[in-house]
Amino acid sequence: MRHFPKGLRAVRCATIILSVSAGLGGCREGVLAPAGPVGGAEDQILWETFGAMMLVVVPVILMTLGFAWWFRASNRRATYRPDWSYSGKVEFSVWIVPLLLILFLATLAWSGAHDLDPYRPLQSPKKPLRVEVVSLDWKWLFVYPDYGVASINELAVPVGAPVDFELTSGTVMNSFFVPQLGSQIYTMAGMRTRLSLQADRPGAYRGLSAQFSGDGFSDMRFTVRATDAAGFANWIAAAKASPGRLDNAAYDRLAATHATAAATRFGAVEPCLFDHAVAVATSSARRPMSAMNGVMCAVRRVQGTS
Amino acid sequence: MFGKLTLHDIPFDQPIIMGTCLGILMVGAAVLGLITYLHRWRWLWVEWITSVDHKRIGVMYILLALVMLLRGFSDALMMRTQLALAGGGHAGYLPPEHYDQVFSAHGTIMIFFVAMPFVVGLMNIVVPLQIGARDVAFPVLNSISFWLTAAGALLPNIALGVGEFARTGWLAYPPLSELPFSPGVGVDYYLVALQISGIGTLLSGVNLITTILKMRAPGMELGMMPVFTWTALGSNLLIVAAFPILTVTFALLMLDRYAGFHFFTNDAGGNPMLFINLIWGWGHPEVYILILPAFGVFSEVIATFSGKPLFGYRSMVAATMVITVLAFVVWLHHFFTMGAGANVNAFFGIATMIIAVPTGVKVFNWLFTMYGGRIRFEPPVLWTIGFMITFVIGGMTGVLMAVPSNDFLLHNSLFLIAHFHNVIIGGVLFGCFAGMTYWFPKVFGFTLEPRLGKAAFWCWFVGFYLAFMPLYVLGFLGMTRRINHYDNPAWDPYILIACAGAFLILGGIGLQILQLVVSIRTWRERRDLTGDPWDGRTLEWSLSSPPPAFNFPLLPAVEGLDAYWTSKSAGLSPGRSAYEDIWLPKNSPVGFVLAACASVGGFALVWHIWWLAVLGLVGGIGALIASSWREHGEVCIPAAEVARLDHLATVFRVRN
Repeated sequence: MRHFPKGLRAVRCATIILSVSAGLGGCREGVLAPAGPVGGAEDQILWETFGAMMLVVVPVILMTLGFAWWFRASNRRATYRPDWSYSGKVEFSVWIVPLLLILFLATLAWSGAHDLDPYRPLQSPKKPLRVEVVSLDWKWLFVYPDYGVASINELAVPVGAPVDFELTSGTVMNSFFVPQLGSQIYTMAGMRTRLSLQADRPGAYRGLSAQFSGDGFSDMRFTVRATDAAGFANWIAAAKASPGRLDNAAYDRLAATHATAAATRFGAVEPCLFDHAVAVATSSARRPMSAMNGVMCAVRRVQGTS
Repeated sequence: MFGKLTLHDIPFDQPIIMGTCLGILMVGAAVLGLITYLHRWRWLWVEWITSVDHKRIGVMYILLALVMLLRGFSDALMMRTQLALAGGGHAGYLPPEHYDQVFSAHGTIMIFFVAMPFVVGLMNIVVPLQIGARDVAFPVLNSISFWLTAAGALLPNIALGVGEFARTGWLAYPPLSELPFSPGVGVDYYLVALQISGIGTLLSGVNLITTILKMRAPGMELGMMPVFTWTALGSNLLIVAAFPILTVTFALLMLDRYAGFHFFTNDAGGNPMLFINLIWGWGHPEVYILILPAFGVFSEVIATFSGKPLFGYRSMVAATMVITVLAFVVWLHHFFTMGAGANVNAFFGIATMIIAVPTGVKVFNWLFTMYGGRIRFEPPVLWTIGFMITFVIGGMTGVLMAVPSNDFLLHNSLFLIAHFHNVIIGGVLFGCFAGMTYWFPKVFGFTLEPRLGKAAFWCWFVGFYLAFMPLYVLGFLGMTRRINHYDNPAWDPYILIACAGAFLILGGIGLQILQLVVSIRTWRERRDLTGDPWDGRTLEWSLSSPPPAFNFPLLPAVEGLDAYWTSKSAGLSPGRSAYEDIWLPKNSPVGFVLAACASVGGFALVWHIWWLAVLGLVGGIGALIASSWREHGEVCIPAAEVARLDHLATVFRVRN
């Protein structure tokens, strides 16, 4: 049939585009340019799954084209077997080949889900940095409970040390995602999710919300600034020197402002701000719940220091 | 008097919307005028609107799907052009409040009002013909199902000009879809439209299951059913099991929005995670509701045009049923990133992958059906081979994302968008087009023009790869879905290629419209006088094209697979002696009236016009009660008349 060369051309086009995407390993951003151990390990599993499946996918595509071409009606050299519709051996193979592939991939899925569980803290001799994350309409608030500072749309982390995130939302659902660092996780009002990431290379990485959250969603971006220990200390010092103070009332005003925001820092933060954020998002009568939560937070802090 | 509705709810200040509305109104007026001019109102009412013939209803389903495809595709073009213009700090031409409606409407319309009616329409037309039945089990209910679907499809299009549509994405996740974050009528339009059409779909599922289980021709055991009928059975079992979940989930969200409940709200103990689990409890089976009948179409097409029986029939049936069951245990893979534990994620990841086994079996069996065949490259075959190549890639990217750690990177990215378009366009839509081209002569008595059909296929096929392969890349580059504008020069080239691909697909759609026009204009030259234009294997090809209203003058006696092929090869002509009176259901206006009440009542519900909503409800229930009082619901075609028609058809076919 004269249509088939055209088909081959189209497929070759597709293959080129596919290989362009496969060649993305060398690119400078996105999930295939990992800057930390989580993203790196995830990319390795990604390539393993991709490679294993290509072992079946490429032959199937070639067989499709080959069979279709050879058994075209006009090819009288091909044997016509009008009643051939069963073969035990072929049947066995068509079940066993996908089954074996899936068995292999299942082991990757199992180990990937466990080793890279977002809740699993990264093992490191270095003390992890704690950051509390609140997604708001339409900006990201980062609180550094160990340093008493906070920032909007700008996240500073030291290179080589794990960062333990605790996340919630002051509004609808969002998803906290820094493609070059790896895993994303949802933020939900009244709930706390966890995530551990680490940056191994200094740099500025794009961060975003990966869960649509309303009209201002596209601008809900932030920058991760990964620097060495000294750089991080400088950033903290600069933040501390910032005039802004984020207490519960200021947070409530921030949360009620449905707009994106420029990167901002706060030199002082109310100690239990994150618990306040978790509490107010779920209560229509704000004050009492918040007060109770404040007490609980204070109790936890005392326990934590003793 | 008019609830929340005022003149300000019509966006007179929006030139794009007003232009579109004006266009739709003018086309609508032109169609109505044409019908009046041609004195076709009575014909329309008798032959189509009140018809309970499964073939007519199937045609109307597909017509609805094709019209809605134009709407959904316009949304797609708007999104692609917006993004092509909105890089590097530019805002593009669609502000977020408009753009968010466009992508929400695109998803909603394409799934509920294009893919669903297309698939249901094909099943409606083909299943009774394949199993030797004279109609579906409940013909009037069938008409009700269709008209409720049409009523559902009407509302999002009214939302275009009156008020707004949802701005929440096609599944309206709370809390975004709750009143505090979406106070407008958009989400209400979405909920009411899908509730109405969802009930229609559920009823049609009940109808087709009953038809398949109870109305097969004498001798046709389950294990002799054509594979398309098997996939239809699987699909409808899923409809009946899954659509109630959707109805309940939306009912709970409506209670939140209309009556101040707190099922999914942030406050007062509501939990949005509940909605997300429930909606995917429906949503994942929905994927298989759509794809299974498409698999069935490909099975029929590849066997017919290879001139061979389908390879591994029993494996195909087993695979279909395994997919049907597994469809219900994978829903959590849509939110691996919600913080479930590693064991839960791993379980659902592996369950998802296991579905790839029966799916892989199907692909291999299609391959071995071609092996040893004599393949004729008619347009349905092109769609099928295009599907096999495309779907294998889509399946691969699906399994890729079933690994939880991969999903942590790719969730909600354009990689995901590329993946599901890869399987829905490359699978469902190609299947629908293959089925439409394949069965068109059976329904209308003439074939579709093949050269334009092939050209349309190539536009769709190449256009698809141009439009969606770049999206895989963009997913890797960290681009997430539903973005309105961006500022990342690395994305620019891929977004432009994708936009070009969308326009190539537009060319494909244009060619399909042209194909329809040309085929209708030249129908006399392409008449199918044999009833069997493709040298088919299943019972529908034993009938004249188009078949008589009662389908089978004599119910066929079936003794095995590929019943028609067997009798053809053996040179048997069915015995033509014992004609009997055939009772056919009379036309019924109840479906149309019910749908009219549902549209009016639904519109009233959206705008809180309570008196009108009550009126719609009472009218609908009243129509149902009134119609159930009807005593003479059937009309008899005497045996002599059946014999005369059959004789005519036979003589006609033999002579030609």
